Amino acid sequence: MIALREWSKTLLLSELRSGLAVTWRNMLRPKVTVQYPEEKTPQSPRFRGLHAQRRYPNGEERCIACKLCEAVCPALAITIESDIRDDGTRRTTRYDIDLFKCIYCGFCEEACPVDAIVETRIHEYHMENRGDNIMTKDKLLAVGDRYEAMIAADKAADADFR
Amino acid sequence: MISWFQSAFALLPWALQKTFWIVVVLVILILCVAFTTLLERKVIGFMQARIGPNRVGWRGLLQPFADTLKLLFKEIIIPQNSNRFLFIIAPVLSTIPAFATWAVISFNPDFVLADINAGLLYALALTSFSVYGVILAGWATNSKYAFLGAMRSAAQMVAYEIAMGFALVGVLMAGGSLNLGQIIAAQQGSVLHWFLLPLFPLFMVYFISGLAETNRAPFDVAEGESEIVAGFHVEYSGIGFALFFLAEYANILLICVLVATMFVGGWLSPFEGIWKIGDTWLAQPSFFWLAVKTSFFLFCFLWFRATFPRYRYDQIMRLGWKVFIPITIVWLTVLGVLIAFEVPPWFD
Repeated sequence: MIALREWSKTLLLSELRSGLAVTWRNMLRPKVTVQYPEEKTPQSPRFRGLHAQRRYPNGEERCIACKLCEAVCPALAITIESDIRDDGTRRTTRYDIDLFKCIYCGFCEEACPVDAIVETRIHEYHMENRGDNIMTKDKLLAVGDRYEAMIAADKAADADFR
Repeated sequence: MISWFQSAFALLPWALQKTFWIVVVLVILILCVAFTTLLERKVIGFMQARIGPNRVGWRGLLQPFADTLKLLFKEIIIPQNSNRFLFIIAPVLSTIPAFATWAVISFNPDFVLADINAGLLYALALTSFSVYGVILAGWATNSKYAFLGAMRSAAQMVAYEIAMGFALVGVLMAGGSLNLGQIIAAQQGSVLHWFLLPLFPLFMVYFISGLAETNRAPFDVAEGESEIVAGFHVEYSGIGFALFFLAEYANILLICVLVATMFVGGWLSPFEGIWKIGDTWLAQPSFFWLAVKTSFFLFCFLWFRATFPRYRYDQIMRLGWKVFIPITIVWLTVLGVLIAFEVPPWFD
C-alpha cells in the first residue's frame, strides 16, 4: 500500500510541483537587489578600507615610528624605516603599505598607540600603474588630510566601545 | 499605398514571395530568440530574489543586442588539434535544422510557409537532426570535456527520441493527419476538445522529452557547467558560440510551439463556443493564441531551469527507457481503445 502511494506520488510529480511552488512564491517576493553605484548599503564606522595616516591639529604627523604596526601585521605588508629628525624626535623616513599584501584586518590600527595609522571607509579605489599598490607615507598622509573629518567622526562614534 | 504594395507584391514571382515570407519569419524568430535570452535571465533572476539585467536600455531591453555585439566582435579561437572543417561547420549544422523546422509550423489558420502533408514527421526528423551539430562539435574540438558532452548528448537524444516519437504517434492517431494545421483543426470545438485531456500522459512525456531534447535543465548533462565546464561548446568563442546559443533557443521555442500546436490547440482560442465571449475576436483562431500558449510553455522551460537541480546521468537514462517508453506504449493502447469506441467529445 505504501509502495503504491509512493509510486503514485512519483508519477504525479508531487515533489516536483512543490519545488515549482517554492520558486513561484520567490518570484513574487520583493527583490533584495541593491543598485550599486546609485544605492549603497549602510557602512559601519568600523569599516576597514583604504589606509590613511593622521596628523595632530597643529599639523604635526602622529606617527612616532614605534613599529608596532609593522610587528603586528600578519601579512607583512608594512615596511618602516626611521631616523631622528632635526628637532630630536624619532620619525619615519619611509612608511610603505603594500595593498596587494594587506588583508585589511585592522590590526595596525588597533596596535597604534597614537592613532596614527587608520583604515578609512574608502573602498572604491583602483590602481592604474604597476607600483601604485604601494601606499607611501606621502600618499597615506594625503588620504588622511583629505578625509580627516570622516576619520575623526568614525573614531568618535566608536570611542565608547573601545 | 498599401494596396499598391499588395498588388506589386502579387506580381512578384512565387519564389520571391516565399523568400520574402521566409525572411520575415526568420527575422521575427531571431528577435524572439534574442528576447528569450533576456526573459530567461529576468525570470531566473526574479525567482532568485534578484531583478536581472536592467542597465542596457529601458529595464535591460537592449541587453540581448549588447550581448550579440560583444559575441560578434570576439575573436574566434580554433584549438590546435581540432578538425578545422568540422569545428567550423558544427555550429552551422546545429542552427540549420533549428530554423528549418519552422517551415511547417502553422502560425495562423492561413499562414504556413510549407503546407506539406508530412509536417509532423518532418518536424520530428529535423529536431533529432540537431544532435549532429552537437556531436560533431564535441568530436571536432578534440577535448575530453567536449567529447564527454557530445557522448552524453548523443545517448540522451537516442533515449528520448523514442519516447518523443511514441508521443507523436499518439497525436497522429488522435489528429488523423501529419499536417500540423489539420491536427489543430481536429481540436476545434472548445477547450475540452483539445488533445490535452485524452493525451495528457503523452503531453507530459513529450514536454519532458522536449526539455531533454533541447539539453535544458534539469537534463543539461551535455553542457553541465559544474562538471564538464560547458560540454560540447567549451572551445567555441565569438560567433560560433552565438550560433549554438541561437540554435538552442530556437529549438526551445520550437518545442514550445509544437507542444502548443499538438496538445493545446495551436491558434485555436480557449474561449471558443463560450456564451457571449464566443462572438468576439477573442474566440477567433489567431496567431495571438498561439503566441500566448507558446509563451506559457516557454515560461515553464525557464521556471524548470530555476527550480530543478541537474539529473544524475543514470537517472536520465532510467527515466527515458524505463518510465517514458512504457507510459507511452500503455497510453497508445488506451488511446486506441478510446478511438475504437469513438469516445466523445474527441473521437466522435
